[in-house]
Amino acid sequence: MITIALFGALAVTAVVAGALVFRVDSMARATFLLLLSFLAVAGLVLMTGLHYLGLVIVLMMIIEMVVMAVFMIMYMMNPAGLMPMSMFHNTRGSAVVAATTFVALAGGALLVDWPVRGGRPAPDLTMALGESLMGGQMLTMMTLGVTLFATIVGTVVLATGRGRYDRLGDELDAPESDDRDRGGVGR
Amino acid sequence: MSTALPLGGAALLPGLLLAVTWAAVAADAVAAGRAAGRPVSWTVALGLPGREAVRLLVGQRRRTAAGDELLRGIGGAALLVAALMAAAVLPLGLRPVADLGPGLVWFNAMEVVAWAAVWLVGWGANSTVSLIGGYRFVAQGLAYELPHMFALITAAVGAQSLRVTDVVAAQQGLWFIVIMPVAFVAFLLSAAAMAFWGPFDAPVGRDVAGGAAAELSGVDRLVFSTGRWLLLVASSAMAVPLFLGGGHGPWLPAWAWVLVKTLAVLGVLIVLRHRVPTIRMERWTEFSWVVLVPATIAQALVVTLVVLGRGGI
Amino acid sequence: MTLQAFLVVAAALVSVGLFGALTQQSIVMVMMGLELLLNGVILAAAAFWYFLAPAGTEGQVLIVVVVTAMAIEMAAGFAVTTAIYRAKRIDMTDDAAELRG
Repeated sequence: MITIALFGALAVTAVVAGALVFRVDSMARATFLLLLSFLAVAGLVLMTGLHYLGLVIVLMMIIEMVVMAVFMIMYMMNPAGLMPMSMFHNTRGSAVVAATTFVALAGGALLVDWPVRGGRPAPDLTMALGESLMGGQMLTMMTLGVTLFATIVGTVVLATGRGRYDRLGDELDAPESDDRDRGGVGR
Repeated sequence: MSTALPLGGAALLPGLLLAVTWAAVAADAVAAGRAAGRPVSWTVALGLPGREAVRLLVGQRRRTAAGDELLRGIGGAALLVAALMAAAVLPLGLRPVADLGPGLVWFNAMEVVAWAAVWLVGWGANSTVSLIGGYRFVAQGLAYELPHMFALITAAVGAQSLRVTDVVAAQQGLWFIVIMPVAFVAFLLSAAAMAFWGPFDAPVGRDVAGGAAAELSGVDRLVFSTGRWLLLVASSAMAVPLFLGGGHGPWLPAWAWVLVKTLAVLGVLIVLRHRVPTIRMERWTEFSWVVLVPATIAQALVVTLVVLGRGGI
Repeated sequence: MTLQAFLVVAAALVSVGLFGALTQQSIVMVMMGLELLLNGVILAAAAFWYFLAPAGTEGQVLIVVVVTAMAIEMAAGFAVTTAIYRAKRIDMTDDAAELRG
């Protein structure tokens, strides 16, 4: 009974907060409503017994949404929503696409004859996940690692305004970089 | 094997944390008086937290034009609640209130709430200086979080478990500070940075008129600063089970050792605050990324090799 | 708690996210829609793991992959937004219709 009530509360929170993201005017509120939706989903994941992954989702999404908030404020013309404005395009077409997707997915979920539950969860799920990632799924983990590394390099190259040639001259031979803010290790 | 305290422990925890916080506030006042050349006696200092709380309780709340009161309120409350929740996995003695399997991840997830909380408090006031304070804390967070995570991971690797009681049990013979000193220092720095304390108080710095807390008064300020103090106490208390052997020690019972070690860590942080000036954001950021991150990764590698050498997993 | 209930909630999250990603004009808001969509995928993966194959770890690995994908999506998205904004002062998708530097 309590389980069902908790499931219902988290499910409604996740969907309603997610929908409100696109309704509120304040960008700060939109970002933290999205965070609320993530936290509700993390709660649902915790309910399935995946404690480690649920907590990792909480941890990651808080960091991600705070960073998101910074960029939201940076790139939106009206971050605080003090002057309400519409920022939609193609609302009707999108609504049709979204509704069709929902009907197809939910219909599939309800109509498909799902197989019966096979096996029992491992006693220590965190350990099982770790051994899987360092064993059978090692290739997945290595791919993720390399992809993340490529992302770090790629995003820094894309986003930086001043590269090393700006800092150290065309021959990279300037004795000191001409940074406006000196860093902490004196380069 | 779960070894959580009986339910009464949950009621005891906030009281214990507040008592330690009270002592820390008093010690901080004494240290501040000494640093300023106007010594404050311990009797005055011990009454200070109570007087300050009453003063803030009866003080008027400041409201700013077009501020987002809802988000600001959530931010202030979240800081306080997150500090208490993070403390739930702290072993009081040898047993915590909640002995979670991924206890270290729980602790990390709860303290990261401080990022959102401080930013929300800074944003909610609709004031320039407080928003600058909020942004500073996010920048500081991005700098301290990775060394902090690697420090936690190093302790977890040493114990081969994410459960805090297992980490304590693994230190029965040898404290982790001996085999992972770099991780301990990184953890201590990040604990101070997380509570925007000591040399890392730029988010509430004097140069931005109090930063994130600039527009707080009355009960709002009381909630915010209590949350900040509790976060400082909880994170420095976490250094004890992670690196300082938890409740293990001769003669005294486990809870007394935890208390003594926690007060010692807090003492170090209080001395640090009054001896070292505020470090500028760009300096701390570069130091953290260029020095601390590689150092803590190397530390984790060394500890992994030690564990493997001992015939671990 | 049944598999169907989880999957319907996940479907709702995916469609709300899709709606957001399709309608929003601001690039940052488009990314929030995509994040919400992936949020639904996480929920579905957890539900499939719990109700169909709890003995294996494939469901958990899938969640790890999706969470990583979210981080990559956000980092890459903001880097591109920053690059476009530096070059053209653009933060709306309609203005960035042509991807010439």
